[in-house]
Amino acid sequence: MAWIVKNLWLVPALPLLAAGLSALVPQRSRKFSASLAIGSMIGAFLLSLWAFAHALQHNGHENAKEVFNFAWLQFASGDAGILKLGWVLDPLTAVMLVMVTFIGTLIFIYSTGYMAHDDNFTRFFTFLSLFAAAMLGIIISNSLLLLFMCWELVGLASYLLIGFWYHKPSAAAAAKKAFITTRIGDVCFFLGIMWLYHQAGTLLFYDNGAGCMEQTALLKMVTQTTYFGLAVSAAIGILIFIGAMGKSGQFPLHVWLPDAMEGPTPVSALIHAATMVAAGVFLVARVYPLMAVHMDGAAVETAALQAVAWVGAITAVFAASIAVAQNDIKRILAYSTVSQLGYMMMGLGTGGVAVGMFHLITHAFFKALLFMGAGSVIHGCHEEQDIRKMGGIRNFMPATFLTYAVGMMALSGFPVFFSGFWSKDAILHAAHGWSVSHLPFYLGVAGAFLTAFYMTRQMALVFLGKYRGEKSQSPRHHAKSPLVVLKGVPVGGENDPHESPRSMTMPLIILAICAIALGAIGTPAWPWFQSFLGDHHGEGFTYDVIQLMVTSTLVVFAGLGLGLWLYGRKQRNTVDEPDVLEKLPMGMHAWFANKYGIDELYEMTVIRFNAWFARVCATIDEKFLGILVLLLSYFTVALGWVSNAFDNFVINLGFDQGCERVSRGGKLMSRLQGGRVQIYLRVIGVALVVLVLFLIWGGGK
Amino acid sequence: MNQLPILTILTLLPLLGGFIVVGIQDKRIARCFALGLSYLSLALALALWKSFDATNGALQFVEKHEWIPTLGVQYFVGVDGLGLLMVLLTSIVVPMALLVSDRITDRVSLYHGLILFLQAGLIGAFTALNFFHWFIFWELSLIPAFFLVRLWGGANRAPAATQFFIYTIVGSVAMLLSFLAIFHAAGKMDFIELAEMGRNGSLAGALSTNLGWYGLNSKPLVLIIAGGVLLGFAVKVPLMPFHTWLPSTYAEAPTPVTMLLTGVMSKMGVYGFIRVLLPLFGLQIGGERAQAVLLTLVVITIVFSACAAFAQKDLKRILAYSSINHLGYCLLAVFAVVKFTNAPEFGTEKAAALNGVFLQMFNHGLTAATLFMFVGFIEQRSGGVRGLNDFGGLRKTIPVFCGLMGIALFSSLGLPGLNGFIGEFLIFKGVFPLTPWAAGLSVIGILVTAIFILTIIQRVFAGPLNEKWAKLPDLTLRERVLVAIPIALMFVLGLWPRLVLDVINSTAVRMVEQLKF
Repeated sequence: MAWIVKNLWLVPALPLLAAGLSALVPQRSRKFSASLAIGSMIGAFLLSLWAFAHALQHNGHENAKEVFNFAWLQFASGDAGILKLGWVLDPLTAVMLVMVTFIGTLIFIYSTGYMAHDDNFTRFFTFLSLFAAAMLGIIISNSLLLLFMCWELVGLASYLLIGFWYHKPSAAAAAKKAFITTRIGDVCFFLGIMWLYHQAGTLLFYDNGAGCMEQTALLKMVTQTTYFGLAVSAAIGILIFIGAMGKSGQFPLHVWLPDAMEGPTPVSALIHAATMVAAGVFLVARVYPLMAVHMDGAAVETAALQAVAWVGAITAVFAASIAVAQNDIKRILAYSTVSQLGYMMMGLGTGGVAVGMFHLITHAFFKALLFMGAGSVIHGCHEEQDIRKMGGIRNFMPATFLTYAVGMMALSGFPVFFSGFWSKDAILHAAHGWSVSHLPFYLGVAGAFLTAFYMTRQMALVFLGKYRGEKSQSPRHHAKSPLVVLKGVPVGGENDPHESPRSMTMPLIILAICAIALGAIGTPAWPWFQSFLGDHHGEGFTYDVIQLMVTSTLVVFAGLGLGLWLYGRKQRNTVDEPDVLEKLPMGMHAWFANKYGIDELYEMTVIRFNAWFARVCATIDEKFLGILVLLLSYFTVALGWVSNAFDNFVINLGFDQGCERVSRGGKLMSRLQGGRVQIYLRVIGVALVVLVLFLIWGGGK
Repeated sequence: MNQLPILTILTLLPLLGGFIVVGIQDKRIARCFALGLSYLSLALALALWKSFDATNGALQFVEKHEWIPTLGVQYFVGVDGLGLLMVLLTSIVVPMALLVSDRITDRVSLYHGLILFLQAGLIGAFTALNFFHWFIFWELSLIPAFFLVRLWGGANRAPAATQFFIYTIVGSVAMLLSFLAIFHAAGKMDFIELAEMGRNGSLAGALSTNLGWYGLNSKPLVLIIAGGVLLGFAVKVPLMPFHTWLPSTYAEAPTPVTMLLTGVMSKMGVYGFIRVLLPLFGLQIGGERAQAVLLTLVVITIVFSACAAFAQKDLKRILAYSSINHLGYCLLAVFAVVKFTNAPEFGTEKAAALNGVFLQMFNHGLTAATLFMFVGFIEQRSGGVRGLNDFGGLRKTIPVFCGLMGIALFSSLGLPGLNGFIGEFLIFKGVFPLTPWAAGLSVIGILVTAIFILTIIQRVFAGPLNEKWAKLPDLTLRERVLVAIPIALMFVLGLWPRLVLDVINSTAVRMVEQLKF
């Protein structure tokens, strides 16, 4: 076995070590913990490159999945009682490893600038490293259990980072909401794991034919049916998919993701855009064999894959429509992330692993770019996040503007030159060819139009026109920031927006290059990425493909054009001006702006029910049961007195003395503490009487 | 039997030590003496752990002497993996509790003496294998606990202690009656021999032939007797609806005593279920109707207690309900196992569930004791305030406290990588195939646990700083060292559960093999 396969655990272990060490150092060791975190990430990146090179070399072999398994514990006798964990190196792992470590490194570097003034700088890098370790753990896992463990740790890291500014009640609430909403999914995921473990007898994905994603186990699961006529494999697949929905913010478990923007922006970029939220997509890709397995001759699309496709399609257009009416720069991106994750799910459901994963990778780059650009804007505008209060920023922050424009084009799917175009088109193409229904395709096209539209709106409001921020306002957070004196930046008034430091713009530029270049690895002409992930039916530029590309290009142009026409042509002048879209009929804008009232709905139903039920439980406990018990105890005591008196009169020979002794003991006890223990001791005495009676009775027969 | 009677020493050491401590006048000496004894017990327990033969699930370190032959009473002690684990847990939690007892200034000698008596009772109950002295130890642990709550507890200690006492005494009396009936019918008090009779069905037969009661035929009679034993254990764990003593007792008891109550005493009930009830009456409580009732009760216990915890405003009461919830998983596994006693095809699942129960018992003892210790620290600093909404933003003033307690809280939540997860995982691994519906409903408890634990973090640690607590001192070096040990254990057991599993696995496997009727 190659060294890198055997030692793949080092990739997550490096950041984990960094997290552990920097958790132990005092808060003032800022440089130490930052360099430790970045150093470990670079180390992990280099190892990932090695693993990637190895996977490249190995690709095309019959057995492209190399695994290393070991026994973790034994909980029963025999082989079935050994619980094994392990890791796997296959193209899927390799691609994700490189992506996560690369973007992670960039965001770590960016964070040194963004978080430079934070008191808890050291802790921030501890949590980031912990996150990176857990995320890399998910990627290399060859066991659903190990994956789940890392999955929960990722949730923990996300929780800690969303609530990083813990003194803000909104941040603390958002952190809790994120953890609990994802945990709702995780509980189903957990049940899915249990079921899978029971059916397959192992949680290893690949184990030389004995793994749960391999033929024997899959065949066993697909031939059994369970509730609603589902195949067991599909039922397990759906349970696991619910876990993925939680983590990847799919409707209706999406509510936590926009709130998660309470965390520092690098966190939003790394965790809630590029990597963690994609873990759900990755999970579906990882268990794809389980989801896709079907009986010979049966309908080709399994129930599990249909669920994935439908949920994805609905989420894609649903979230995009909300993004249209938001005014917070990060929230727009958050809803856009939800929508794009929907596309990925749709791609997985309709087209397979390669289609979904390609969009995951390209999206990771351009969405990280957009979030970091947004962070740069927020940083430059003195922590302002409302796009109505921005405008004209391109003059103040040219580097940010240019890179942001690249990200925006990629996200909108601007033709040919940007990676987003290719990956999104692959999804639309797959959806077009889906045998079950064409509706997801049309939803996807509508979503593409909306995406282009809301990104243009954001771009226009933030970067074009004139600056609408309050210039005379007294400096708030970053007046002492050294950033304003950077060279080559048009420094206006003291409170004008300013360009960010090199540590923040450099990662932007690198990501922008990737956002353009990455498209080249997965075009229909040269579908290298797809074939690397094992999807061999590249079609080239057939008539179908070109027709679809023209369609999607037209849709994107329509969105861009409409956005420019509504928001670019005539800029809003004041902050309070109503949005153009408010003229839409039937109060549509209000629906979008209020996120369809889903949060309020949950607030009114689930959360209220939960609180109500908790109160009911507590009341039953304290009032009903408590009183019942009290009555019972009084009853017992009373019975004891009656019985005692009865005994004294009726059987006042042998037991009198016994009771006497007991009551003397009781007096002794009562002198000790002055309570009413004699009562209970008397109860014991009575019980003894009853017992003896009982024995005599029973013994007589 | 030439080996050292180490189990007897382990039991007698705190018992005799307790008498000595009560007599010592000087507070400091009494304290040091008690602490020293508890360390000695810990060292002995570790030695026991070390010399235990892990490949053998049978009883070890057995001592058996005739005592009152006519009554079938023998002095009979011994441990298997389960007993060993519980002895170790007791020996770990007692010094932890003693170390945070420095707030007790009133009648110090008596207090420490009572704690040592409690320890003796606990270790005795975990090692005794004859009903006679097992029951003595069982009650011996109750009486010091009662006085500890009654004399050193909080403002409402009197009703709480009374409730605690009545509940447990009722359970004990019911159990005593049942056992006297058993003795009357079978002429034995030896758990091992009785278990053998339970297994081959002769126990139920003996009960129905030797006891006639209002013309009851055998089945209900045996069920009533089994029910008496069950009640004794169900109160201790507790199983709803026999739990109402617990929240107020845990809340009113002084923190070190709460640590002992939740850390160790609650395990006596689960231990009793596994050691006594399952082997003796597995057939009866494994019956279909009894199962339906018991599984329903346990699911209600799990879900209701988690929800009730969510509605509490007192940190100690939240943790108390959480304790009910965590031990509910143990009973869930026990009942699921007993339902399938005669299904050899589920051997792996049953062993997984039992191993999970053992682990959960140990881990819950460790985590819950640590959590109450943290509440004790905060109470000490705030002058007795411990409401959920009384604090806020404490991360700013006492970051070390919040960080370490956060770890313990997440361990209680069942976060992978910490000790709480693996026990629950094994329990569900075992229970899900056996009773999918009960497992499916019980995961609601896992979800609600996450909600109330995160609510603690949100209200107490996060949010704007409550100015009232701006000058709260963080953990002292001594306190940090004190909590560092259990927290280190949480990590070690979370990442390397083999440390415990390799010792208990053979016991679990053996129990599964023996649970056949």
